[in-house]
Amino acid sequence: MKDGLKQVFKGIVTENPVFVLALGMCPTLAVTKCAIDGIGMGLSTTAVLILSNVMISALRKVIPDGVRMPAYIVIVASFVTVVEFLLEAYVPSLYASLGVYIPLIVVNCIILGRAEAYASKNNVYLSLCDGIGMGLGFTVALGLIGLFRELVGAGTMFGVSILRSNAAFAPVEIFVKSPGAFLVVAALAALQNKLGLKSATNRKGKPKSGCNGNCLTCSGCPLEVAKGEDKS
Amino acid sequence: MIKELLFIAITAALLNNVVLSQFLGLCSFLGVSTNTKTAAGMGGAVCFVITIASAVANLLYDGILVPFHLEYLQTIVFILVIAALVQVVEMFLKKFIPALYRALGVYLPLITTNCAVLGVALKNVLSKYNMAQSVVCGLGTAIGYTIAIIILAGIRERIADNPIPDSIKGAPIVLITAALMSIAFMGFADLKF
Repeated sequence: MKDGLKQVFKGIVTENPVFVLALGMCPTLAVTKCAIDGIGMGLSTTAVLILSNVMISALRKVIPDGVRMPAYIVIVASFVTVVEFLLEAYVPSLYASLGVYIPLIVVNCIILGRAEAYASKNNVYLSLCDGIGMGLGFTVALGLIGLFRELVGAGTMFGVSILRSNAAFAPVEIFVKSPGAFLVVAALAALQNKLGLKSATNRKGKPKSGCNGNCLTCSGCPLEVAKGEDKS
Repeated sequence: MIKELLFIAITAALLNNVVLSQFLGLCSFLGVSTNTKTAAGMGGAVCFVITIASAVANLLYDGILVPFHLEYLQTIVFILVIAALVQVVEMFLKKFIPALYRALGVYLPLITTNCAVLGVALKNVLSKYNMAQSVVCGLGTAIGYTIAIIILAGIRERIADNPIPDSIKGAPIVLITAALMSIAFMGFADLKF
């Protein structure tokens, strides 16, 4: 129980996938126009991550090492399809605003990264907790970035108007457009550099394993996968 | 017909630039853009793979998934086909076109998990494109990616020796550069034909 809670805490705070590990850059930038989209994307990813972590951990002794990547991809893609249908049926507005980014959860490096770095080595319970922690960490990060962009760019929070457009405040529209996403993440990374916080974006050297490192200087994560396949 | 295809290609390459406005393929865009030579190699490999993958995905979707009412399997089928396709393309180039393999080979494995490839395949299905339109859309997207990554690499080469404040060295300055490029590409939104 204690180990499990520790794993959840690790995912949300000390090893937050967005703020600390810098994983899943594409959705971080793409679906954080507003807080609702960010949280919706975060929760969809959490659902997929929990299910795939549990499944992969349960099957970790059955899946042969040589074909583990294709096997993981099939498992993840199946769960993504399930989540996509559930969203389409029950939350059509979110489904419409996230669009193509829902099926693209398959190639989110958080999912395969956690499968490779954690679920394939640990038992089902711990993998479940890791999925919950990492997923919620991702949700919190996306929600916060979305909230900031929405507030500065449109003067609203969760769609409710907070800051009226007047002489003192004019919404900085660029923040809800695509350049704003780059700017916010750049500012965040700069702040982490400045304060010397633990983050993959200011860690020197190569990431340790798979995607368990830095997407910004990485380009090694798919390479690691390819090397693994070559060995077999 | 030609005009329509050209419109699709230009829209995909400039108006909806795959990295700067749709945020697909960011990992390689930020990771492999340290110098123009590798950036061009990566761009070439992406053009090659996305164009072939768009054609194959369209063939599979219209030829197998639709007749058997299996459209819901598109995500699973596309990701597996793309992963397999990259391996096949790599082996084929190695055996039959070694010169091209030497130029693009290193970058091919990087593309397997590039979300731009899957993104284009899914977008083609969503837009109900036929074979020719899918291939043109794929090629346009890939050209957009190549333009963006080469420009970013060029800028990074130029600013490498500039006195950048410590706290924005590394990742932040690259992201700021990308943001400025993204602003520039927003100018294409008013492009009229």
